[in-house]
Amino acid sequence: MSPATRSPRSRAASAGEPTGEHQRLVDFYRRMLLIRRFEERTARAYTQARIGGYCHLNLGEEAAIVGLLTALEPTDYLFTNYREHGYAVDRGIDPNRVMAELYGRTDGVSKGWGGSMHMFDTAHRLLGGYGIVGGQVPVATGAALAIEYRGGREIVMCTMGDGTTNIGAFHESLNLAALWHLPIVYVIINNRLGMGTTVEASSAEPELFRRGAAYRMAAARVDGLDPVAVVAAAEIAVASARDGEPYLLEVVSERLRGHSVVDPAKYRTEAEVADLRAHDPVPALAARLVAQGVLSDEQLEEMDRAALRIVEEAAQFAEASAAPDVSTLFDFTYATPVDNVGTRYPGEPLFPPAPRPEETES
Amino acid sequence: MAIMTYRRALHDTLRDEMLRDERVLLLGEEIGVFEGSYKITAGLLEEFGPRRVRDTPIAEEGFTGAAIGAAMLGLRPVVEIMTINFSLLALDQIVNHAAKIYGMFGGQASVPLVIRTPGGGGQQLGATHSQNVELYYAFVPGLKVVAPSTPADARALLQAAIRDDDPVLFLENLALYNTKGDVPDDLPPAPIGRARVTREGRDLTLIGYSRTAHVAAQVADQLAASEGLDIEVVDLMSLRPLDRATIVASVRKTHAAVVLEDDWLTYGIGAEVAATISDGAFDDLDAPVRRVAMAEVPLPYAKPLETAALPSTDDVIAAIYQTLDAVGRRHLKVGHD
Repeated sequence: MSPATRSPRSRAASAGEPTGEHQRLVDFYRRMLLIRRFEERTARAYTQARIGGYCHLNLGEEAAIVGLLTALEPTDYLFTNYREHGYAVDRGIDPNRVMAELYGRTDGVSKGWGGSMHMFDTAHRLLGGYGIVGGQVPVATGAALAIEYRGGREIVMCTMGDGTTNIGAFHESLNLAALWHLPIVYVIINNRLGMGTTVEASSAEPELFRRGAAYRMAAARVDGLDPVAVVAAAEIAVASARDGEPYLLEVVSERLRGHSVVDPAKYRTEAEVADLRAHDPVPALAARLVAQGVLSDEQLEEMDRAALRIVEEAAQFAEASAAPDVSTLFDFTYATPVDNVGTRYPGEPLFPPAPRPEETES
Repeated sequence: MAIMTYRRALHDTLRDEMLRDERVLLLGEEIGVFEGSYKITAGLLEEFGPRRVRDTPIAEEGFTGAAIGAAMLGLRPVVEIMTINFSLLALDQIVNHAAKIYGMFGGQASVPLVIRTPGGGGQQLGATHSQNVELYYAFVPGLKVVAPSTPADARALLQAAIRDDDPVLFLENLALYNTKGDVPDDLPPAPIGRARVTREGRDLTLIGYSRTAHVAAQVADQLAASEGLDIEVVDLMSLRPLDRATIVASVRKTHAAVVLEDDWLTYGIGAEVAATISDGAFDDLDAPVRRVAMAEVPLPYAKPLETAALPSTDDVIAAIYQTLDAVGRRHLKVGHD
């Protein structure tokens, strides 16, 4: 990311008086820190084999998440991809239940059926993390269609990675949303890597927000390391969607670790890694708050201890939560009960075996 | 009671469901201004307007996925995919999303979606427009797949599909649209997941669905008249769930079965039916289960080749005779005459 593409940072207020803007920044920092500690605790649980499957972390994405979700109202809908623990936690879902989902337990947000990639919570209107790249984009578009159909004032926010912008579903969806004036904000989290492939190597137009032009859709790019800039950009996008005009927002972000927990990211150079650390949005905001005299080092440490307590409690809660009983295996195949559904466990026959001849003779 | 075409039964049912339930809307290519490639939706745009009858761009993945999302928020979209061949463009949305959302999120959101789409071929439409790939969907738990063969069943199952809270693939067939049948005025929705014995008999069970159930009924009538054969016909009606009990009960009675399908033989619907019979009626079988299916080629354009590749009535009759020969029953029948 070149400096020219970064949005102007919010002006630093004079140190001393805790203004409303300062309080807001402190709140952002608390939320970003919780995501950070939650994901670090998740990585630890994964390496301890308490979490299975794939596990993609939001490390580096904290400012983007907090900025985006600040612009939403509680009644708005959120669709994400498979890198979504931080979205779930920041949307207000109990971290205990998010961690329990990662552990595959009954108290998990998806009752242990979804795992890391498939968090869902109706009450908080998080309508899913989706594991297939691009899969959520048409579905989220349809949610916006339902809102428009009913004349509602909610909007849909649909996040995706930079790699998603090359899949057909992205283009089909943006075209539909623009044609039908749907209340949706498409958010590209551009962390500059789709697994190990750079945006430049995969996208003929690497300034991804420009793809909105193909659909005459308003679009912008924002610095995803600055929560204040992200909120400002997201508020414009959300207002557009609420007025019935979809919006494409590119949030230039970072991925501090590999694609997933098990990826050592050997395709990155040492210089690149050092640069990533230098731009880490969480310590950057901490330094900003200290420099502005808003928070002391002691206050920062206390906030950190509080975040660590929450995530440790989440891990303990998840550990103590019951695993689903195998008798519930067939509970969620169909919403409307239907005749002749197979409820056969793998070794069982379709029909009871015929009686043995000697038994029928007696 | 009214006699009407399969097409008319679909049209009237869509209209009735839209009148009954504001949440029902239609999406698809050319369904509005053009009135549908096969005119199922004729007049509906004029009556209900573009809010409820939405012409879509040529974007099966996009609009099928959008229908899934709309269904998650409580609408009851009915998507028309012009032919089942084009549903492959939406395979990710149907298989990875419509079928998964209810279970994958622990039952928090259902997907009350209907995808209407015709199979069929045999009109020199060539390799890409003549496939019958319903088994791709019948394979997937979380989806329901129905395949009615008569106008009455089309109405009853379409009502059921629209009122169901799960995604239903509703299989139509180009060759059935102009077929006629009685449709009772107050027909209730049919339960999904049940097959029906449409003709009782003792000599052999002939099994089909959609167009092939129609063929099975015709062949059974023909052989009753010409040969005095007493063939039982089972119309599967639902491919998922599959009503295995009805299939097996019939074969336990007749001791022989022939399965008709318009798809390719290998791994097809008929293979599943044959496996079901093997599991449930092994000791009752007097002959191997026969399957009559398409030749295993991309369907050619040239008429003689196309005709050779598609199952004909003669093919069905030959399979029935061979099965009865294996049983030893046809010989006896002929002896009686």
